[in-house]
Formats: sequence, C-alpha cells, structure tokens
Amino acid sequence: MSIEPENLLWMYTTMLTIRRFEEKVGELFAVGKVPGFVHLYIGEEAVATGVCAHLRKDDYITSTHRGHGHLIAKGGDLKLMMAELFGRRTGYCKGKGGSMHIADVDLGILGANGIVGGGPPIAAGAALAAKYRGAGQVAVCFLGDGASNQGTFHEGVNLASVWKLPAIFVVENNMYGISLSQTRSMRVQDIADRAAAYDIPGFVVDGNDVIAVYEAAGEAIRRARAGEGPTLIECKTYRYRGHFEGDPMIYRTREEEEMWKAKDPIPRFQAKLLEMGVLTEAKAKEINDRIVAQVEEAVRFAEASPWPALEELLEDVYTVAA
Amino acid sequence: MRTLTFAQALNEALKQEMRRDPTIYVAGEDVGVYGGIFGVTAGLLQEFGEDRVRDTPITESAIIGSAVGAAAGGLRPVAELMFIDFIGVALDQLYNQAAKMKYMFGGKARLPIVLRTTCGAGMCAAAQHSQSLEAWFMHIPGLKVVVPSTPYDAKGLLITAIRDDNPVVFIEHKMLYGMEGEVPEEPYTIPFGQADIKREGSDVTVVATMAMVHKALTAAEELAKEGISVEVVDPRTLTPLDVETIVNSVKKTRRLVVVHEAVKQGGAGGEIVASVVEEAFDYLDAPPKRVAAPFTPVPFSPVLEQAFIPSVEKIVAAVKEVVA
Repeated sequence: MSIEPENLLWMYTTMLTIRRFEEKVGELFAVGKVPGFVHLYIGEEAVATGVCAHLRKDDYITSTHRGHGHLIAKGGDLKLMMAELFGRRTGYCKGKGGSMHIADVDLGILGANGIVGGGPPIAAGAALAAKYRGAGQVAVCFLGDGASNQGTFHEGVNLASVWKLPAIFVVENNMYGISLSQTRSMRVQDIADRAAAYDIPGFVVDGNDVIAVYEAAGEAIRRARAGEGPTLIECKTYRYRGHFEGDPMIYRTREEEEMWKAKDPIPRFQAKLLEMGVLTEAKAKEINDRIVAQVEEAVRFAEASPWPALEELLEDVYTVAA
Repeated sequence: MRTLTFAQALNEALKQEMRRDPTIYVAGEDVGVYGGIFGVTAGLLQEFGEDRVRDTPITESAIIGSAVGAAAGGLRPVAELMFIDFIGVALDQLYNQAAKMKYMFGGKARLPIVLRTTCGAGMCAAAQHSQSLEAWFMHIPGLKVVVPSTPYDAKGLLITAIRDDNPVVFIEHKMLYGMEGEVPEEPYTIPFGQADIKREGSDVTVVATMAMVHKALTAAEELAKEGISVEVVDPRTLTPLDVETIVNSVKKTRRLVVVHEAVKQGGAGGEIVASVVEEAFDYLDAPPKRVAAPFTPVPFSPVLEQAFIPSVEKIVAAVKEVVA
C-alpha cells in the first residue's frame, strides 16, 4: 500500500505526541499533580495511530482505561485532556471524569472506560446508529487482551456480526491483564482466532509497526464502510510502563521489557521515514520541539485552570428538557 | 372512552411514538416476529420493519450496551429486558455506562434510552422470573425509574419516557398486562415526578406501586365499610419521587402505610417512609408501616407464592394498626 507522505508524517507526529504527552503525565503523576489512577499508553502508540489515521471526525471510537493515546489519535485537544487529568473545570469533562472517562462526543469519542470490556456493546450500538444513518460512518472499539475474556466482548462482537454492523474491534494485546500474562488467561495464542466464532475476518498484526496496523485497519474500515460487516484485528504490542503508574511490575522480567523496547514503534518508524526521505533529522527535531511545546502549553493551561465550583457537584446528572 | 388493556396501551404508545419519530427503534429478545412474550410489541415489525424492530440474540449486555452506543450516536432506542431478573447479567451496561456517562463526560452526552422490562410475582415463574427490583435502580444516580399501575398511566408515562433524554427504566408488572382501563386514543404525556392520588381519603395515606395500587384500592374499599377513610397515592415514578404529594397527603391524614411487592429490606418503602419522617415527623400520629414481601426469594408453589405477595388482608391489617 502506498501511503501519502503527509499521512506518514501525521502518523509520526501523532505517535510522538502521544509519547511526549504520556511521559509528561507520568512525571506529573509522580510529583502528585495528577490525582487518581493513571494508565499510560507508552509503547502502544502505533495501534491508536494506525487505526485512527483512517477515521473521519464523525466516526466513533470507544476507548479503555488506557485511553489517552486513542483520544489524541482521534483528534483530542491536549489542553482539555491535561486539564481533565488535573481535575479542573476547563477539562473535557469539567473535572468529573478524569483519566478513565475522558470523552469528546463531538469527535465521536464515546469515552475512555473504567470497566474492562465496557466498550464492545457500546461500539456495536454506535455502529448500529451509523448503519441506520447510512452515511458510511464506522465505530472502532479499542480493547485489551484482558477484555477479550469478558462476556461483553462476545456479546458485542456477536451482535455486530449478526447485524453486519460497521464495527472494527481492535485488540491491543500487550500480553498482560494487570499482572496476569496472556498464557495464563487464555489457551489461544492469537486472539484474532476468536473471530472464527463470529464468522468475521480476524487478523494478527505487529502492533509496534504503525504501517502494518494502518494497512490492516484500512482494509477493515473499508469493509465496514462498504457494508461488509465487522472485523477483529489483534495488535501484538507491549506497554513499557506498568499497568498503572506505581506498578512494581514483579510479574515480568527486565529482559522481556528490553526485548520489546528494542522494537519501540517510534524509533522504528522514524528510521523508516528517514530512509524513505519523508523525514530528515532536522525535521524530526522540529516536530519533537513543537510537540514538547504543545505539551508544556497543555500543562500550563491545566495548572492555570480553576477547580470546579462546588455546586457543580450536583450538575450534569440528568439532561433537563429545554 | 374506549378501554384498552395495559399491554395494548403500551403497544399504542410505542406505535404512535415510532410514527412520530423515525429515530426511535425497538430491540430485544422476541420483540419482532413474536411480538414480545407478553404481546407488548405485537404488530410493530409489520408496520416499521426489521431496521426499527430488532430481534436480538439472548444477549442482555449487548441489548443494553448497544442502546447506549446507539443513543450516543443520535438514535432513541427502546430496549427490552424480557424479565427484570435478567439485569444481573447486564447491569454494568446500565449502571456504569448508561447512567453515568452524562456526568462522567461533564454533561456532554445525551442518552435517550428506554429500558422496558417486566417484574412481579403471580405466575408461578419462581425466583428468577418474578422479582420486583425497582429499588436497585432507585439507588443509581442518572437513571429514572417508572412504575405504572394502570393502562392510562402506562401509555402516558411510556410516551414521556421515550421523549426523555435520559436513561429510563420502565417497569411493567406482568400481572397488570391484562388489566383494562380507559385510555385516550391520541398521544399524551404524564410528567415524571408527579404522583397520582388514586383515591382520596382522610384517615390514612397508603402509598402503593404497580400491582399493589389495586390491592390498596380494594383494601380502601373494605376499610371504608368500617368507616376508615384511606387515601391511596401512586407515585408512578420512583426517580424522580414526588415526595411533596406524599408528604402533603400525610400532613392531612397523619398516618402512613407504604405497600410494595418487593421485599421489605432495602425496598422503596424505606426511602418513602424516611422522606416523610424527615419532612413531616411532627404530623405523624402513629409510626409508619410497610407492607411488603418477606426477605426470601420468590417461591414457586402457588400456595407459597400467594403467601409471599402482600395481600389485601395484610394492607387492611396494617391500616387498622396505624389508625388504632
């Protein structure tokens, strides 16, 4: 598949934005500026990026507890995200959601989700709305290897299959559900094999290769837009950080981590782009500097933002008729 | 005025609303070809087609979850949970997803979802098909809980539910489906949070829900023969709860009995009594009483089941106690 240079650069920039954003969030969490639980996406950037590269603004995604990468790739605003992580009223959710619930319905982002496996039925429903409207929209459900053992995964994929909905289920297999390795949580080696149970296509992709993800997602999204039904894509990847910030990671070896870091999706893609002549060292530095500045700006925005007013506690529970 | 059964009134509400708004669709187990196991969705498939009347697999999480996604995507789903007892396999999609999304998202989500379901004992359907679990949903901010007792209320409240932009749990007592009552032909709405005084009285307030409204009315009839005047108040919705009407009634009668079919412990009655005590303690001439099911699963045998369901006799006895 030949990819336009501007798409390649968008993907490079997006992956790097996710990385720098997440690194900063990790730093801020460590010094107590970000309250609550934080699950970082570092190492998995190629998945969200390669998939969202195909999405329109009016396409839907459902995300997970490890959702910052999906949001950024779908067009989320760094300032509003950071302010939400800080619990400020300028944040995406006015400080009521936090890391695990960031959403932007106007961008089709139907929420990160604190419940593992919460997303598949919701994505099926968004895909139903898309099909009903008939405007060629799709719904992408991001989920983890752990979520693929939940009943909601089976129910969501089955419904999407039986109703031939324009849904794409993207399993980010980072090999661990918190501490439990995939080999101890299921007998299949490839979660994509589960697609056979629904009579839909299932692909295994190197989730640390953004081009491989882009190509598989492109085919799945083409099928969905053409009314050919859902697809299951398993992206094999790895989270470089713990399940959450503060995780002692006693369940995996440093050797394994090093092996995966050698397959880091960002340097890999950068090397490829340099080789192709799409990117130069100077341009790479310029992009990085710009992203660092954007992330710093997001932090300044968040820090300067007010806390929610206490009366806001009681607002937004119900939609009040106009 | 013409009469309809409770099930026919619901059916008419669905049809009239679906004709009005093409974004409304119905989905659930056996709602299409079969017309619903209690006949509530009969004829919908023939009139509105498969896109809008969707038979689902037996997949309660996906029935509710897909309603959440579809509502977020601009549709107005009316999902059916065949029996309220089945919520256990699907509760996450309702209470963690549907109910909380608007708040978690800082107010930006709009989720016009109706989850229709059946509750109640009386058909020997035993412990997993007969429960009254309305109190579970009352405990969840973000949900509205509707508990109609008559065909008239059923139609008006269902139309209101469909037009509401929030997740609404609409609970239909299965023993009421065959009940007949006057129902206007034209569409009409009944506001949520507006209790209905089903019978006026002066000696005691009996707050009752769903099937218990009719037992309370029968009890009131009997008590009237003995000179005891009973006011029967039907809240019609539990969230929002019309505390004001209940409290005003108690201020008049100075006595309160609450009747529901759900087990007493942790039931809606506790909430209603507590609200009245908080707001009208000084008006009470006797301790409030609750008439409700015992703290057991719903038994199968008709003999045991009838002993489980609050009876007219028990309501009469409770009223006599509070007026003594």
